[in-house]
Amino acid sequence: MQWETVIGLEVHVQLATKSKIFSGASTAFGAEPNSQACAVDLGLPGVLPVLNEQAVAMAVQFGLAIHAEIPEVSIFDRKNYFYPDLPKGYQTSQMYHPIVGAGEVEITLEDGSSKRIRVHHAHLEEDAGKSLHEDFHGMTGIDLNRAGTPLLEIVSEPDMRSAKEAAAYLKAIHSIVTYLGISDGNMAEGSMRCDVNVSVRPVGQAEFGTRAEIKNVNSFRFVERAIEFEVERQIELLEDGGKVVQETRLYDPERDETRSMRTKEEANDYRYFPCPDLLPVVLDQAYVDHLREALPELPDEKRARFQAELGLSAYDAGVLSATREMAEYFEEVKDVCGDAKSAANWVMGELAGALNREGLPITDSPVSARQLGELIGRVLDDTINGKAAKQVFQALWNGQGQSADEVIETKGLKQVTDSGAIEAMIDQVIAESPAQVAQYRDAEPDKRGKMIGYFVGQVMKASRGTANPQQVNALLKEKLDALC
Amino acid sequence: MHDKTLTELAAALTAGEFTSRELTEHLLARIERLDGELNSFITVTPEAALAAADAADAARARGEAGPLTGLPVAIKDLFCTQGVLTTAGSKMLANFVSPYDATVVERLKAAGTVSLGKVNLDEFAMGSSNENSAFGAVKNPWDATAVPGGSSGGSAAAVAAGLAPAAMGTDTGGSIRQPAAFCGITGLKPTYGRVSRWGIIAYASSLDQAGPMARSASDCALLLNAIAGHDPKDSTSVARGVPDYTEELGAPLTGLKIGLPVEYFGDGLDPEVETAVREAVRVYESLGATVREVSLPHTHYAIPAYYVIAPAEASSNLSRYDGVRFGHRCQAPSDLIDLYKRSRAEGFGEEVKRRILIGTHTLSEGFFDAYYKKAQQVRRLIRQDFLDAFEEVDVLMGPASPTPAFDLGAKKDPVSMYLQDIYTIAVNLAGIPGISVPAGFVKGRPVGLQILGTHFAEARLLNVAHRFQQATDWHLRRPELAEETT
Repeated sequence: MQWETVIGLEVHVQLATKSKIFSGASTAFGAEPNSQACAVDLGLPGVLPVLNEQAVAMAVQFGLAIHAEIPEVSIFDRKNYFYPDLPKGYQTSQMYHPIVGAGEVEITLEDGSSKRIRVHHAHLEEDAGKSLHEDFHGMTGIDLNRAGTPLLEIVSEPDMRSAKEAAAYLKAIHSIVTYLGISDGNMAEGSMRCDVNVSVRPVGQAEFGTRAEIKNVNSFRFVERAIEFEVERQIELLEDGGKVVQETRLYDPERDETRSMRTKEEANDYRYFPCPDLLPVVLDQAYVDHLREALPELPDEKRARFQAELGLSAYDAGVLSATREMAEYFEEVKDVCGDAKSAANWVMGELAGALNREGLPITDSPVSARQLGELIGRVLDDTINGKAAKQVFQALWNGQGQSADEVIETKGLKQVTDSGAIEAMIDQVIAESPAQVAQYRDAEPDKRGKMIGYFVGQVMKASRGTANPQQVNALLKEKLDALC
Repeated sequence: MHDKTLTELAAALTAGEFTSRELTEHLLARIERLDGELNSFITVTPEAALAAADAADAARARGEAGPLTGLPVAIKDLFCTQGVLTTAGSKMLANFVSPYDATVVERLKAAGTVSLGKVNLDEFAMGSSNENSAFGAVKNPWDATAVPGGSSGGSAAAVAAGLAPAAMGTDTGGSIRQPAAFCGITGLKPTYGRVSRWGIIAYASSLDQAGPMARSASDCALLLNAIAGHDPKDSTSVARGVPDYTEELGAPLTGLKIGLPVEYFGDGLDPEVETAVREAVRVYESLGATVREVSLPHTHYAIPAYYVIAPAEASSNLSRYDGVRFGHRCQAPSDLIDLYKRSRAEGFGEEVKRRILIGTHTLSEGFFDAYYKKAQQVRRLIRQDFLDAFEEVDVLMGPASPTPAFDLGAKKDPVSMYLQDIYTIAVNLAGIPGISVPAGFVKGRPVGLQILGTHFAEARLLNVAHRFQQATDWHLRRPELAEETT
């Protein structure tokens, strides 16, 4: 039987506010355990929450970026359950009246095609603390630094049909939130995590199959792998005549499998009700308009502009606009060198290759956008040739020089365009290669074109790569043909 | 000096008749002598009190005394007090020393008052007799066989017994007004949002409100001046100007329109209490007020609605007492669930458990709409009843409680206890202010007249109460217990 996969994602994005969603404690990552938890975060008797206005603004910005409805009123609810890292015994969230209504996100697939994924809603909530099960002599330690960190939970419709689509959607969300600057998007530190709802159904069947929810997947790669494993598991189960049970599962990246956590029967009754300590959030139109006007250029808009105004291919535009950092780097390179296509080729080629080899993010590139832009500029104005440019790039990467010009100067890579000098080198090469000259002379005229390569190589070598290749080519042809 | 009002004490301090230290020492000695029997205090803080009294005397000597400087108060043990045990009357918090002050406590300190300590209450403010305290029942100073009312029973008893001239209480369903009535003192529950809830251990967040309990309406006005006002730490506190509540106290009542809700004079009302209340209303008529009957048609639904909403909120508010971070933890838990179950089973008393169970049930899937949602709809109707009534009249009057203080141990059935709050509970659901003033005695036990106003009408309520106290002397009566040991 042919099966179709149906996927919905709940993405938790940690908002980059300075303080927590309901208290003044800092949200900085990596502090000593429990050093960033105040009375409110600890859930001491008598404390009350006060909503962080910045978190509201960030949520609304996200809503505007995905063209969502922004309801005038949203309400915080309490989600009640007991857990040691949940200090109050409830999580303050938004169950019935979320801050962001229905919207949509466009994803681009590897084949260049695109698809719209509907977002059901996005709501604000507070994060819980962390339970630490190691190093406490059989006891559990609780770190409440993360408790109260603002999260935006973005809930998609079940619109994705493959692991690749899910990963593309997650990347699109990542790109939007980092463009907006409302999250650092750092998945390794938990700034973005997602719960994946997966089901399968026979192709052509209208109703959805029973889904499993895979909790807390925290990388693009794991999302793909968790889905692939889960889909296979469900199909196998169904084909063997079994049934998928609605349950919560965990993805174990080490074993590359998902495991059951709890079934629907064991699920908590969270007893949601409106939090009486917080007033409904009322957003007036002027406030929303103000945020709309202040929105930066978003990935979709940037991609479209890269294609339309800079003449880049859809693929190149997609890659270069994927992250705000990438786009900013590319745009600076382009502005410095003045040629978008060359800038795109270098950023996606030489630079991306070097970054990949060293596992560096573009923000940590040893070659700055300005340096790269100037380097490309020297190729475009014929100061150096392409081969030398790679040497300059490598030197800049290794920190040997502050600028392309400095490296060109100290390494003597300036292109030789003086035809007299080139002719002298050619004459020497011809004189030292009688056998090759004889072969050239004896060859059919239409074969000679290929044979010229040997001479070009020798001349370039003699010039230590600095001779202008086009000139070398033209002059060689002239001189060799004169010998025939 | 222990039977004077705050206003009188302030005048005596200003006149140099005695110092705040002498006054504080006198009251500490009385507490020492009398409270073993009464049990109104959970924690007495003599050292801090004397230090605050000395600071107040020094401020007075520098000419920096305000209206409350050097005046002693007792604080219901539901307010967090920095460095001082804060128990909520529960074994659960029997070891909890708060690291911070409630806003009310902070403001009282800033006003120069002297805290004598923390007074008894029904556990987590759940009760109407103060018998639900893990620290023992409190006795009514007028009659040691009677309850002082609740939940602010310790506050009311301490003031009535002359252990403190004033106290802070909280009122979620009548917890200031009913004990004030039972103990023959004046107690004001302000409009919801008038006084910050920051640092008040939450029972039912949408209903809880702090207020003063004292010997006169003018004392309550002085205290409300100090504690009222917006607090950025409490999102539900209202950003609205605070008038000087003492300013309008003496305004004449000519033309005041009083409404008597027919529902407050029906079945279940003790006839002698009714007589006392009707007599008080006649005093108002003699002061120039006009009286008419009004109806609050949904009164009947107030107790059921309250006992859905308050336990629902309580069940969530009390989830933090889990034995993990503070408060009672059971011995040698075998695992996490055991830790939760036993810590909570051991730490909470019967009534608290009952309300947690009720609240958990009414919020659970399949019951939420039938209970919680419905109760919220009822709540809106009750509020509308009051708003409609205040279109017709300026204030509403009636009994604060259907009976005078009942005997200790008399109400074994929780529902009969709940019905005690029939006249006070709707006020919290509507969020309006109410005050209880002494209006007579039935068989030696005080009767309270309840006066209700529309939202933020505290100044008017205090004025109406004050004029009554100028015309009567019920509020000047002192129980024998306090008299005989002077």
